[in-house]
Amino acid sequence: MAQRVLMKGNEAIAEAAIRAGCRHYFGYPITPQTEIAAYMAKKMPKIGGVFLQAESEIASINMVYGAAATGCRVMTSSSSPGISLKSEGLSYIAGSDIPALVVNVQRGGPGLGGIQPSQSDYFQATKGGGHGDYRMIVLAPASVQEMASLTIKGFNLADKYLMTSMILADGTIGQMMEPISFEEAEVETYEKPWALTGTEGKRKHNIVNSLYLQPDALEKKNFERYERYKIVEENEPMWEEYMMEDAEICVVAFGIASRVAKNAVVAARNEGIKVGLIRPITLWPFPKKALRAAADKCKSFISVELSMGQMIEDIQLATECLRPVTLCNRAGGMIPSPDQVLESIRKAQKGE
Amino acid sequence: MKTTQILFAGFGGQGVLFAGKFLAYKGLVQDKQVSWLPSYGPEMRGGTANCSVILSDTPVGSPIITTPDVLVAMNLPSLQKFVNDVVPGGIIILDSTLISAKVERDDVKVFYVPATQMAKDAGYPTLANMILTGKVLKESGAAAWEGNRETLEAFIPAKKANLIDVNCQALQSGYDF
Repeated sequence: MAQRVLMKGNEAIAEAAIRAGCRHYFGYPITPQTEIAAYMAKKMPKIGGVFLQAESEIASINMVYGAAATGCRVMTSSSSPGISLKSEGLSYIAGSDIPALVVNVQRGGPGLGGIQPSQSDYFQATKGGGHGDYRMIVLAPASVQEMASLTIKGFNLADKYLMTSMILADGTIGQMMEPISFEEAEVETYEKPWALTGTEGKRKHNIVNSLYLQPDALEKKNFERYERYKIVEENEPMWEEYMMEDAEICVVAFGIASRVAKNAVVAARNEGIKVGLIRPITLWPFPKKALRAAADKCKSFISVELSMGQMIEDIQLATECLRPVTLCNRAGGMIPSPDQVLESIRKAQKGE
Repeated sequence: MKTTQILFAGFGGQGVLFAGKFLAYKGLVQDKQVSWLPSYGPEMRGGTANCSVILSDTPVGSPIITTPDVLVAMNLPSLQKFVNDVVPGGIIILDSTLISAKVERDDVKVFYVPATQMAKDAGYPTLANMILTGKVLKESGAAAWEGNRETLEAFIPAKKANLIDVNCQALQSGYDF
C-alpha cells in the first residue's frame, strides 16, 4: 500500500486532479475551498501546467469551456455563490458536449449565506443550476480519500460521456485532514476526435458550439444527449450500503451527513434497532435501484441532510412513495448531531 | 480498541490548530485512524478558534466532536462553551495563567497548567499550546509518548527545523508538570 499522508480534503482534490492529468486550472477564491486554488498555484507552474486566477467566476468557467474544447483535462472549483455565477458556463459546456470537472465545496445559502458547511446545493447540482435540458455527473465524497478517488473518477467519467463531472463536497470534508494514500491513479484515456487541436490543413475543422437556431437540429441534439445520459444512469450509479442486510429502517445520507449518520446507526444498533444506511456516492445518477430494493425490505426511510430537505424528493421518487420518508436536518451551516439522527431513528422505530 | 476525541479551544493565534495537527501526525506515524477538523473562517483571524482531533484504532465516523474525551481550554470563553460537553470521566486541561476560574464538575479529571507563564519563563512564549499538548499525551494515552521529534520533523517545513528542539522541550515540560 502507498504511504499514508495527512491532507486536507481540498488539497486532496487538487493533488488527485494533477495525478489525473489535469494541467489547466482556472479559479477564483472563495471560502471554504481556497486551498484548492492555493495548491494549484504552487504546483502547476512546476509541472508545466496552467494556474490562472481569473477576474471573476464567470470568466473562469468560460476559460474552462475554452480549454475543454481543446480536449485537455481542465477544472475549476468554487463554493456555492460562486457556482451560481458559473452556472451559465455549465449550461454552455453541457450544450457543447465536452468534458470538464467542477468542484463545489458547499457553504450555507441562499445568497451570500455563510461560510460553514452545507448541502443545500443538491438541487442546483442534480437538477441543473443553468438553463436548458442537461445533466451533470454529481459525485459526493464522504472522506478525504474519496475527495481524491472521486476526482480521478470524475475526470474519467467526464471524458467517457462528454459531460461535466461535479464534485459536490462541503466545508467540513474540504477543511478536515485525514490520512490518505495515493495509489497509482487509474487514469483512463479517451480518443477526442471532436477536439479543437488545429487541423494542420489535413482534416475538416471541428466546431464546438451550443448554438442551434434550427429547432429540429436542436431537438435532435437534445435527444442524442439524453440517450447518452440514459447509459450513464444505467451504468454509473455508485453507493455504499452499511448494515443494510437485516435493516427495517433505512437512513439515507451523503457526504458529511453520512459520517454523522453512521455514528447514529451504530448507536441505534446498540439499542437493538435494526437500522442501516445507504450512502449515495453519485447523486446523479441517483442510486434508484438500491433505494427501490430497500423499499421492499424496510418499513421507513430517513433522509439526513444539511439542507431544508432536497435529496428527500429523490428518495421518494426512487422508492415510488411506497414507504414514509422523514427528514432529519440542519441548515445554514449547522450540522446534525449523531444524537439528533439517533432520535429520528428511535421515532421511526416507533412508527412516528 | 481505543478512540480518543480531543477538542482544543482558544483564541486564534494561540496555536490551537498547530497543536491539533501535531496530535494528528502522532496518530498518523503510529498507524492510527485520524481526523483533524479546524474551525475556519473569521475565527482564524483572532476570534475563538477550535480544532477537533480524533485518534482511533478503528475507522473514524463523524469527525465532528460533540462530546470530547479531552478538552484543552486556552481561554475562559472556550472553557465555558465546552465544559459541560466533556464526557463523564473525561479530562479537562486548562491554561491556568489565562483562566482563573475553577471547573465545578466533579465527574471529570481537571489539570490546571500555568502553560502561558511556563512558556514565558522558559523563553519560548508562543509554545503554551505544546506544553498543554505534552500534558494531553501524558494524561490521555491518546497516542504513545515516544517519537515526538520524528512527528515534528514529519510536518514542520525544513526552513523552520530550528524550532523542533524548543517544541520538544515544551512538550516535555508539559509532560513533567
